[in-house]
Amino acid sequence: MEQKVVLIIIGMSLATYLPRMLPMVLLSKFNLPPLFLKWLKLIPVAVLSALLAPAILAPQGEISIGLDNKAFIASIPCFLVAIKTKNLFLTVLVGILAMLLLQNL
Amino acid sequence: MTYGNFINGMKKSVPVVLGYIPIGTAFGILANQQGLSTFEIFLMSSTVYAGASQFIAAAMIASGVNAASIIFTVFLVNLRHLLMSASLSPYFRKVPSIIQAILSFGLTDETYAVDITHIKEDMPSASFFAGLHATCYATWVLSTVIGGMLGNLIPDPTRWGMDYALSAMFIALLCIHINDRRDVLVAVCSAAFSLLITAMSGGSWNVIISTILAATIGVSAELWNKRLFLSSSE
Repeated sequence: MEQKVVLIIIGMSLATYLPRMLPMVLLSKFNLPPLFLKWLKLIPVAVLSALLAPAILAPQGEISIGLDNKAFIASIPCFLVAIKTKNLFLTVLVGILAMLLLQNL
Repeated sequence: MTYGNFINGMKKSVPVVLGYIPIGTAFGILANQQGLSTFEIFLMSSTVYAGASQFIAAAMIASGVNAASIIFTVFLVNLRHLLMSASLSPYFRKVPSIIQAILSFGLTDETYAVDITHIKEDMPSASFFAGLHATCYATWVLSTVIGGMLGNLIPDPTRWGMDYALSAMFIALLCIHINDRRDVLVAVCSAAFSLLITAMSGGSWNVIISTILAATIGVSAELWNKRLFLSSSE
């Protein structure tokens, strides 16, 4: 095993672990100002939306809204089911089925 | 530690597991092709545990980039977890620091999405997070190692689009989290910023910048509304 690779992996593990761990461990010790708490409460919606948008609207890195973008097409029935039922498993099932269908067209 | 909540956390991991199996296997295959040994793949997945970063790092290691650049790139790609970790902190106030330090190791985009939905729908429970995080972690490590051992024997499992399960999961969880007009505003702003940044500069800053901007817009809109309300009731 190459020593350089092990060194890189150790560095990577710190670079990924610290941003995950420090805010939770430090901020949970303090009484946070109400305005900051309000702001933190909006993070989930903002994060989910920020992660999702490029995954379905720019899967190859550039914005693509058309029939050749399978992730975009599959997300239409997913959104309909999710808005209507708010059911996670049903939405995932519809997404997988839609994708299988699109891959075999 | 309560057994029931732990099992419940394991159950709620199903969509994440469905997505991690093909992506993890694909990572193992790719890393194997790029010259990483199965043990190195195991070491990376079990200590780093970050999908996008591992793909980027494997490619950079293969092309001989120096260690410091690789580690710094991975750091930038993962800065978005600062915000997720911060937003979970109010719900972990009664959890001992050492347990927080262990649970936060399992924080990924996908486990975060399930974590916050659990917080929204139930009494937050450390055992739930433990069950969810442990299952997703084990799935990731196993899938990447199996991919590394299979190497070229099987085709890329993401080519059937199974990894779309994760996008479908994000769609469902986003809809569950949108309750009022302010949430819609935050979601639309965040999506627009994220798309723009991805299209202009590739994706490593998009999540952190668009989240900060969109959450700030959301709080400002609320304060603005309140001021209008107060001034009209005078």
